Amino acid sequence: MAVKLPIYMDYHATTPVDPRVLEAMLPYFTEKFGNAASRSHVYGWTAEEAVSIARERIAALIGASNPKEIVFTSGATESDNLALKGVAEFYKDKGNHIITTVVEHKAILDTCKRLEKEGCEVTYLKVDKEGRVDPADVEKAITSKTILVSVMFANNEVGTVQPIAEIGKITRAKGVLFHSDAVQGIGKVPFSVDTMNVDLASITAHKMYGPKGIGALYVRRSKPRVRLTAQIDGGGHEFGMRSGTLNVPGIVGFGKAAEIMRVEGEAEAKKLVALRDRLKKRLYDKLDAVQLNGSATHRLPGNLNVSFSFVEGEALMMAIKDVSVSSGSACTSASLEPSYVLHAMGIGDDLAHSSIRFGLGRFNTEEEVDYVADLVTSKVQKLRDMSPLYEMHKEGIDLNSVQWAAH
Amino acid sequence: MAYSDKVIEHYENPLNVGTLDKNDDSVGTGLVGAPACGDVMRLQIKVGDDGRIEDAKFKTFGCGSAIASSSLATEWLKGKTVDEAETIKNSMIAQELNLPPVKIHCSVLAEDAIKSAIADFRAKQKAKDAISTAAPKTEQSNANAE
Repeated sequence: MAVKLPIYMDYHATTPVDPRVLEAMLPYFTEKFGNAASRSHVYGWTAEEAVSIARERIAALIGASNPKEIVFTSGATESDNLALKGVAEFYKDKGNHIITTVVEHKAILDTCKRLEKEGCEVTYLKVDKEGRVDPADVEKAITSKTILVSVMFANNEVGTVQPIAEIGKITRAKGVLFHSDAVQGIGKVPFSVDTMNVDLASITAHKMYGPKGIGALYVRRSKPRVRLTAQIDGGGHEFGMRSGTLNVPGIVGFGKAAEIMRVEGEAEAKKLVALRDRLKKRLYDKLDAVQLNGSATHRLPGNLNVSFSFVEGEALMMAIKDVSVSSGSACTSASLEPSYVLHAMGIGDDLAHSSIRFGLGRFNTEEEVDYVADLVTSKVQKLRDMSPLYEMHKEGIDLNSVQWAAH
Repeated sequence: MAYSDKVIEHYENPLNVGTLDKNDDSVGTGLVGAPACGDVMRLQIKVGDDGRIEDAKFKTFGCGSAIASSSLATEWLKGKTVDEAETIKNSMIAQELNLPPVKIHCSVLAEDAIKSAIADFRAKQKAKDAISTAAPKTEQSNANAE
């Protein structure tokens, strides 16, 4: 069977809406269009009931005991902002110290930078070469002024899964709130706010086959009860934490996506690991000088991030233009800097420029994996034939010993 | 990155990819850039007895526009005298390939590679002249960038 092009392998960036999710959403655009805040008529009641069901489904997916702990937002960026700014503002009399890591998403890092300007102190913990933070470092960084620890569940670039349960034990024992940006991996890697002692968690629908523009912040209501200062003022929706008319079709889709992930996530993870390993093996069998970035064990099922030495990432992406992947190369980023995540893991800029992230997902097939592996192999070979670095490598020249003229 | 058709054409069908003998006195080699910066260009010219560049080859580690810039540069070099080759400016390459602003540095690198190759060629000629006028087998010329 011939594969259909283009092939999507960038599921960490976003996912298509599952047809079952779309089907669930459609009535809420047309006949069931009510405002969930309308308490006086059947349109409002219908919408409110749909929102309640979605809340329950999302709570069940992340192991939250109370559906009212789910606060809907426009997406994980807003959730991250609300968690950090909301906690910093509410608990400012208690302390001003936040602990996070250097490999967080920009929604966390840039929010922390803003908070630093406003008087907070932020500790950015380093990670090891696999991209993992050491829970002992979290413990050491906690001071009497610490109000929040924020560590992501799984990294979006290299797929490294953080020791959330271990960190949760520490923060709970120390009485410090614990937030996790849990956008990646929910449903496919075990995650439970209650068993892992997570107090706040950012999640989003479009990474789990739901629609874009809808996310949630989990906010623990008891033991401890987390308080937040709302960042958007208005009608007092979402238990006073996030005003604004609810995006009912989005919420219904989010709920359906969460339900599917809760039921099918484990099996899907197994399938993705098999596809990922197949892709890796096929690439490694035919190419030399390929390096895995991230952890071999603590890794998102669908993530394969590798560096093809002596080949620049953007050039490779151009060569495989019918395959959608992403790269840590500077040439693909707005900042023109290579990936800060790879940099934090101690991976050299040369290898960062050569990195490609394959993000496998629900709708990828073995045929697609084989096609992509073979295409990438032939293009890497072609670009290496064009690369002065590969020629020097073959001549036995140590590239690190060469005096390069930086520019 | 939205590239012009010319960049894509040069990238997909690059001209003059290859290696010339860097130890040949008539060959000048320029190696510029750095792996950590994401682009390295090696550009070589072979100058005939008539002083014209009879062949030019490149190998480039870099993005699509770096490869296209090198491909175009080698194409332009062929048939020019060394002095004429020296007048090739990065702006001419950037304009011909319609490079977006963030990729202008690729054309700068190509100009640097041309200049570096020419300098290497001239250094070899000078060393050769010195050897032929002075006593034979003095120092070995090795002004090569590699």
